[in-house]
Amino acid sequence: MKPELYFDNAATTSTAAEAAEAILEMLTCCYGNPSSLHYKGLEAQMRMDKARRQVGGLLGCRPERITFTSGATEANNLVLFGAAAARKRQGNRIVTTAFEHSSVLEPCRQLEKEGFEVVYIRPDPSGRIQAQDVVEAVDGKTILVSCMMVNNELGTILPIEEIVRGIRRKKKDVFIHSDGVQALGKLPIRLSRLEVDAVSVSAHKIHGPKGIGALYLREGSRILPRTFGGEQEKRLRPGTENSAYIVGFGVACELMEQNGGAYMERIRQCHLRLRELLQGREGIVVHSPEDGLPTVLSLSVLGVRSETMLHYLEQEGICVSSGSACSKGAKSHVLAALGMPEPEIDSALRISFSHYNTLDQVEALARAIEEGQASLQIQNGRGRRR
Amino acid sequence: MKEIILLKDGEIALKGLNRYSFEDTMIKNAKRRLSSLGRFRFYKAQSTIYIEPMEENIDMEEAVERLKKVFGIAAICRACVAEKDWEQICSLAPVYLKDILEDASTFKVTAKRSDKKFPLNSPKICAELGALLLEKFPHLQVDVKNPEVIVTVEIRDYAAYIHGGQIPGPGGMPVGSSGRAMLLLSGGIDSPVAGYMMAKRGLELSAVHFVSPPYTSDRAKLKVIQLAHLMTPYCGNINLYVVNLTRIQERMRDGCPEDLFTVLLRRVMMEIAEHIAQEEGCSALITGESLAQVASQTVYAIACTDAAARRPVFRPLIGMDKEEIIRIARSIGTFETSILPYEDCCTVFTPKHPKTKPALQMVLDAEGLLPDRKELIQEALSSAETVKVTLSGAAGYIE
Repeated sequence: MKPELYFDNAATTSTAAEAAEAILEMLTCCYGNPSSLHYKGLEAQMRMDKARRQVGGLLGCRPERITFTSGATEANNLVLFGAAAARKRQGNRIVTTAFEHSSVLEPCRQLEKEGFEVVYIRPDPSGRIQAQDVVEAVDGKTILVSCMMVNNELGTILPIEEIVRGIRRKKKDVFIHSDGVQALGKLPIRLSRLEVDAVSVSAHKIHGPKGIGALYLREGSRILPRTFGGEQEKRLRPGTENSAYIVGFGVACELMEQNGGAYMERIRQCHLRLRELLQGREGIVVHSPEDGLPTVLSLSVLGVRSETMLHYLEQEGICVSSGSACSKGAKSHVLAALGMPEPEIDSALRISFSHYNTLDQVEALARAIEEGQASLQIQNGRGRRR
Repeated sequence: MKEIILLKDGEIALKGLNRYSFEDTMIKNAKRRLSSLGRFRFYKAQSTIYIEPMEENIDMEEAVERLKKVFGIAAICRACVAEKDWEQICSLAPVYLKDILEDASTFKVTAKRSDKKFPLNSPKICAELGALLLEKFPHLQVDVKNPEVIVTVEIRDYAAYIHGGQIPGPGGMPVGSSGRAMLLLSGGIDSPVAGYMMAKRGLELSAVHFVSPPYTSDRAKLKVIQLAHLMTPYCGNINLYVVNLTRIQERMRDGCPEDLFTVLLRRVMMEIAEHIAQEEGCSALITGESLAQVASQTVYAIACTDAAARRPVFRPLIGMDKEEIIRIARSIGTFETSILPYEDCCTVFTPKHPKTKPALQMVLDAEGLLPDRKELIQEALSSAETVKVTLSGAAGYIE
């Protein structure tokens, strides 16, 4: 068996043992329905309350502001449709960026079909969004802005504070949402101070389970529900709560809160090492900005199609991504939004780290990429000659 | 850039020789609130308390948020520390104040020069710094009457301080400086507000909550523990006694006139609170009663209830409307929890038509129908559960 070298942590992470244990205990012992009046219900409710405090703690907000969802995709859908519906009488313009996650972009396209006008702000070729561009796009009819904190394919940190301040100065009552999936636990976030109305997060990017996430809603920020049928989560997300995974999410947040600094240091070291080994090598173009979040390193090995390289590395036990995992190999809209030349998009790889990675693993990865580059380019070359 | 927090005490400054003990209590409370954020040094000079962070990366914004809930503080300034050197002040001010000046449209500069050795006098400081800021932030206008931002330069003993104006503190007296009192905490909207208001006048709190299982649920009890926890940023730690009244209530149902249930129950609560107050060293009781809000809060009913207490009973909400109480509950963050719909023991066996004008003799006669009333109260007291509610939670309930 080849050793497992997992470098696709922006797609998902392994579940921390502590979180998995807590989940197992919830499933087998604290299985009560949190809405039940008896002690089994209360027991589950109290554990869920604790998880809400843990998630709120990592986000720097009060626990009551957290609504649990099945993940960030649901949170993004809930907030975009819910906020647009709540404000459709005040205007019809929505501002977002061209390199949001598809769970923001596709709801936006749907909202366009429903009559809203959506403005997509393009990043510059280096992958940065200028705060000014977003602020300028906000006009009197604008009801909603959605702008991610960290880009999932590049690691670019968006100037969300500056954007929020600029928008608030210009038009106080715009509903501002931010997709915080890649930032959770990795950037210091104090939502009680950031004047955003809503933030979506997900557990499985921080070593929690898949299928659970949350929407932060600022006090007084109103959205309309999209589903109906129960009192759970203040009627915003009815249905029996996924109490086990909520508790697992809480544990993952707590671990991040306690060890995030050390985790990020390890991730930074891995990132810098890989950059050092590959940047400047002939035929390799690094896309991630130097001042981005070190969790992600996006690069292209020119002349080798992403998927080919991905499967080549896989033979060595190495897992990387050819772009956002959610698009299953489709061409990256993020890199396209940068105006990147086709050959670079076709050969892009996303390497994303966690604190479980080691420098030895990083060196093995760099070697494998170089070997792949050498052997696959030759094959390509032969292919062309034939 | 080095930052510091300056606290101004309000009412405390008016105290005579006791002033220092008030200040020390306030500093002790502030220290406790900030300790989890990192190391700070506290010192006093010129009727100001200085809080200096002693570590890198301390969350100063959170520190200010917490201090806004420490009673006794009249005003809070988060300031940038400069040497008493005019050039340094001029170079730091535009950088430190950038964010708030960019958001504002009008400002003025004020100066306080308590160190008279500083070469520029106050009017000169204002004029020169004002001109400099106008140059750096051309969108600004000076408004001396009603400016959005008051840029302040204070030249003091140890250093110069630059800030964008002070924010009001919570006022009141430091918790603990007035002694300790026992709050009757029901789980409704009013009693947490009553506790908050008396803590503002310097009282440390203990609390008692009454339950009647199976007529009331564990969720109702948990809700009250949560309410006490929500009060701790203002009131400090609270020892919460949970007392079971089921047997007494059932005995009253079986043996006493129905229309007096409410007032009889209130008297039992008062007596139990008295006993615990004695043990806890509380000098007064606190209730959330508001005159005429419900049948037990008519002036006649209150007279009967009051007679069951030896200690003074503070009722800070007595003259307030529900809306006014709700406004405070919202501002301290207890409202949303208070309105969770669980049965509490006051609504168990509620009479259909409670007497709104009970006379004390009538009530005492009704109590006579329960010959073992004293024993029942003792029994309830001996089975009381104590929950220590602190800033970080309550063991077994909020962890």
